[in-house]
Amino acid sequence: MSATAPGPGRTSPGGSSASWRLTDRAGLALAWFFGLLFCAICGAIVIFLAVKGISDLRPDLIWTNPGAGPTGETGGFLDPLIGTLVVGGIGIGIAGPVGVWTAVWLSEYGRPAPLARVVESTIEMLAGAPSVVLALFGILLFESKVLGFLSATNGGIVFGKSFFAAGAMLSLIALPIVVTTVREGLQAIPNHVREASYALGKTRITTIRRVLLPAARPSLITGNMLAFGHMIGDTAIIVFLLGDTQILQGVGGVPGLNILRGTGSTLTSYIFDNAPTGDLNQPQKAYAAAFVLILIVLALNVLVDVFGRRSREARWS
Amino acid sequence: MELRKPPPVRRLEPGATVTPRQAPAPVVQLRPDDTAPAASAASFVNAGRASRAAAPTIERMQVEELSVAYAQRQAVRSVSLPIRQGEVLALIGPSGCGKTTLLRSLNRLTELTKSATLSGRVTLDGIDIAGLEPTDLRRRVTMVFQQPNPFPMSIFENIAYVLREQAKRKPRRSSLRPAVEQALAHAGLLEEVKDNLDHPALRLSGGQQQRLCIARALAAGPEVLLLDEPCSALDPQSTKVIEDLIVKLREEVAVVIVTHNLQQAYRIADYVAFMYLGELIEYGSTQALFTRPRQPRTQEYVSGAFG
Repeated sequence: MSATAPGPGRTSPGGSSASWRLTDRAGLALAWFFGLLFCAICGAIVIFLAVKGISDLRPDLIWTNPGAGPTGETGGFLDPLIGTLVVGGIGIGIAGPVGVWTAVWLSEYGRPAPLARVVESTIEMLAGAPSVVLALFGILLFESKVLGFLSATNGGIVFGKSFFAAGAMLSLIALPIVVTTVREGLQAIPNHVREASYALGKTRITTIRRVLLPAARPSLITGNMLAFGHMIGDTAIIVFLLGDTQILQGVGGVPGLNILRGTGSTLTSYIFDNAPTGDLNQPQKAYAAAFVLILIVLALNVLVDVFGRRSREARWS
Repeated sequence: MELRKPPPVRRLEPGATVTPRQAPAPVVQLRPDDTAPAASAASFVNAGRASRAAAPTIERMQVEELSVAYAQRQAVRSVSLPIRQGEVLALIGPSGCGKTTLLRSLNRLTELTKSATLSGRVTLDGIDIAGLEPTDLRRRVTMVFQQPNPFPMSIFENIAYVLREQAKRKPRRSSLRPAVEQALAHAGLLEEVKDNLDHPALRLSGGQQQRLCIARALAAGPEVLLLDEPCSALDPQSTKVIEDLIVKLREEVAVVIVTHNLQQAYRIADYVAFMYLGELIEYGSTQALFTRPRQPRTQEYVSGAFG
């Protein structure tokens, strides 16, 4: 009855599977098959884009503007690259703080309970909503007169297309990712750590600011980076709400603010337009831009992995 | 091949009385002169307890008819106890007997459990703790937990967090340094960490982490120190260090320790309270409770018959 005595059949994980039952061996084979299949698909996409992209990627593509207007024949994707970062920055600027505090409220307070439940299901719904639907809603929202100061207006008609508008709607894509990741990070902190802080005479808000949020910092970073990656990969909101002008077109005279109120494009909309099915039909440029985009997303994922690993180093039992 | 019959399952009928397989031998035979500990007492009684001069005691807390219930379940039933500075009070008893709940109600941590209801009175220096601000009370009655739980910051910041007011970042390091080092020295940790106060506290060993938690609890300048099984996650070596520390600390603060470890209670406590099913069965000096228990339940527990 010794618990450590190896039984027949499944023994050590490193050992041979020759003695396994047939169903177990088939299961193992299937697991390997699908595992390798997914690796192969992933690898194929990256290699395809790399081969296509690198052969078409010239450094000047990154430094130069795309040609103005839909007939633009020359140029690279400097403006779309800037646009991608700006729109992602706005999105994180909104979704980061809002998401973190929503997660704190859900995890640490959760009261009033009915409201917390409603917020939880709203966030789940938001996570499942197609971005085209959000984009459509965004058009209605930002064409309203009240929000006219966020975009160009002409004779009382609000265009509703600007970096503000696109960033704000993109933050709705980022929000569920931030909330879910941060909430999981907070819930992974054992209760006795909270109580240790209360037992030293600290209030709940002090505990959150000084103990819980620092402890959940890896998940904060992870959540925001994952969300950033998702946002810069979105196309529908960009096409609907950023105006899809190839170059940045500022509105108003205030430097900096004029760009945010103006229209532009991102790498995704640049790819969309330059794809063989798009208006511009310059596939080489689409491949090059796609390669740059996927490099950014891959870099983000590697960073997420690094932070995730570091967070597992020192924890409480 | 014939299978062997499994042994019959013992089922308890409602109302049946369970007799222990071996009736516990009486812990001691009462002697006319009870100057020496009895020979047949629990085996650890003669080992490991240094004879100590009784420290002068000051009564800090008084628990009066305290009852705590979680929803419908009564966890602590009408317990009354004195808690004095200058001595270590150990709460012993089997799992789920209410020792930890009693401990947590001394600094109103039970209030964090929504379903908990409390009746009776606990006083700190003669004042009902229900009338105190919880944050003030918890700085005067601090607590160390079963799991070492330093905060995810540097060793220095772990102590400085307690010294600063709520979430403030001031006063700055330089002015806090003496106080931080004093707290660490108090817990006997300073020598080991003085060169790397900026290292993350979670990189320390388990025993060092727990001493950091004690240092943290002492930094608030408490009158009472509560310890909830502080050594149960530690190795014997660290346990020894912490036990010595606790015995030393009783001069300055009233120490209440919950422990599952009877030997530990015997080694470090001056008074022991035995709890069972939420009731305080027996309270007395360590020598008396372990060698001459008055209640049969206590006798069974300290001799290892149950728990």
